[in-house]
Amino acid sequence: MPKWFTPLALLCGAMLAASPLIIANAPYESQMGLVQKIFYYHMPSAWMFLLGAIVCGVASARFLATGAERHDRTALAAAELTVLFGLLTLVTGPLWARRAWGTFWVWDARVTSSLVGWMISCAYLILRKYGGPGSERLGAAVALFGMANVPFIYLSVNYWRTIHPPTSVVPTLKFSMGFPLMFCVTAFLLFFILLMAMRTRLEESRARLDALYLALDE
Amino acid sequence: MSTQGFGATVLRIVRKDLTVEVRSREVAYTTLFFAVSCLLVFAFALVREGRAPEGAGEGILWATLTFAGTLALGRTFERERQSETLRALLLAPVPRAAVYVGKLVGIVGLLLAVEVVLVPLVTLFFGAPLLKRPLWLAGILVTGTIGFAAVGTLFAAMLVRARSRDVLLPVLLYPVVVPVLIAGVRGTSALVDPVFDVAIARFWLALLFAFDAVFVTLALWTFEPVMSD
Repeated sequence: MPKWFTPLALLCGAMLAASPLIIANAPYESQMGLVQKIFYYHMPSAWMFLLGAIVCGVASARFLATGAERHDRTALAAAELTVLFGLLTLVTGPLWARRAWGTFWVWDARVTSSLVGWMISCAYLILRKYGGPGSERLGAAVALFGMANVPFIYLSVNYWRTIHPPTSVVPTLKFSMGFPLMFCVTAFLLFFILLMAMRTRLEESRARLDALYLALDE
Repeated sequence: MSTQGFGATVLRIVRKDLTVEVRSREVAYTTLFFAVSCLLVFAFALVREGRAPEGAGEGILWATLTFAGTLALGRTFERERQSETLRALLLAPVPRAAVYVGKLVGIVGLLLAVEVVLVPLVTLFFGAPLLKRPLWLAGILVTGTIGFAAVGTLFAAMLVRARSRDVLLPVLLYPVVVPVLIAGVRGTSALVDPVFDVAIARFWLALLFAFDAVFVTLALWTFEPVMSD
């Protein structure tokens, strides 16, 4: 593992451990009270979900353009993280919605497009696992379509009257709420980077092992 | 490398597919029959006391198109795989993108033919006055079909040599094509509304155009690198 891994892992662990305390100290939101504090995990998860989709898309485009294996490894790792953080988002969201909107699920623009984006990343993983040889390139094409979905997810709340708050809310948050949010975003981002590093290294080792096995057969 | 023009290649591929299809009519008949059977399944699922629920017709039309379209895509490329003609197409000195567009035109043509049969049937079975505004309906159906087929043709071609290709096509295709489906259904709903709002219909049509542009562009970019290996 690279030298920065352990210090960063310790920092990330400390931040994640400290986050409940920081969230507890944040002020209550006027209408929703305690339940609103899921926001401090729900939003960073959502951002990491979108980040994963973008990283996967960009890596896939580079893989299709250059054919270099390491881009494919990055794309695979990013897709897995997209599924993970997407799942977190799709679970924390309904938990919050049940209290805030009275229902677990609502077919509004952002929820629907997020679910669809998440399913695209699941489909990518299914293809990689069961598609047989050559599925790296096929998956890359799917990932590009998935990435095209991302701006649609993010901007949908601004153009459709939905029950989700629009994107203008976050930049206008007061410091007392903005700080816990940015703290959690940083913690989740560090977590994302660490997981990406570990996962790509795993794939790299696997590739090296396969190459060694093949060399042995010759 | 292209010794043949783009348009000439597209026409040649469309003519080839049309010739093969006219002789056997296999894909056309089976897709059509499947689409009608699908309508029946929906009818039995949703009709209560002799009447279909309000506003069900549009959704059923697009759902049936999606399923029938998936089958048609699978069958078309299965035929290519069996005769190894896809490899021949890829080896030919023609622009690869033209091969994609040729196949796309063929599939869109087939699906439009299916729609010509489905729309009156949906109007009949589900009481949805789809034919009230035929030009608008045609616009929405054509743009929606192009959006669906653009992604479907790319994925079906990609999967021709993959394992589990039959189930992987819908698994990959449906999530990507959901936005087109949403826009298609909502656009069609706007047409059958007793109070016709042009702005809403125009909005969904414009959205379908946007999806078509994005999907066809992406597919043209990715067809070449994905099919060469």
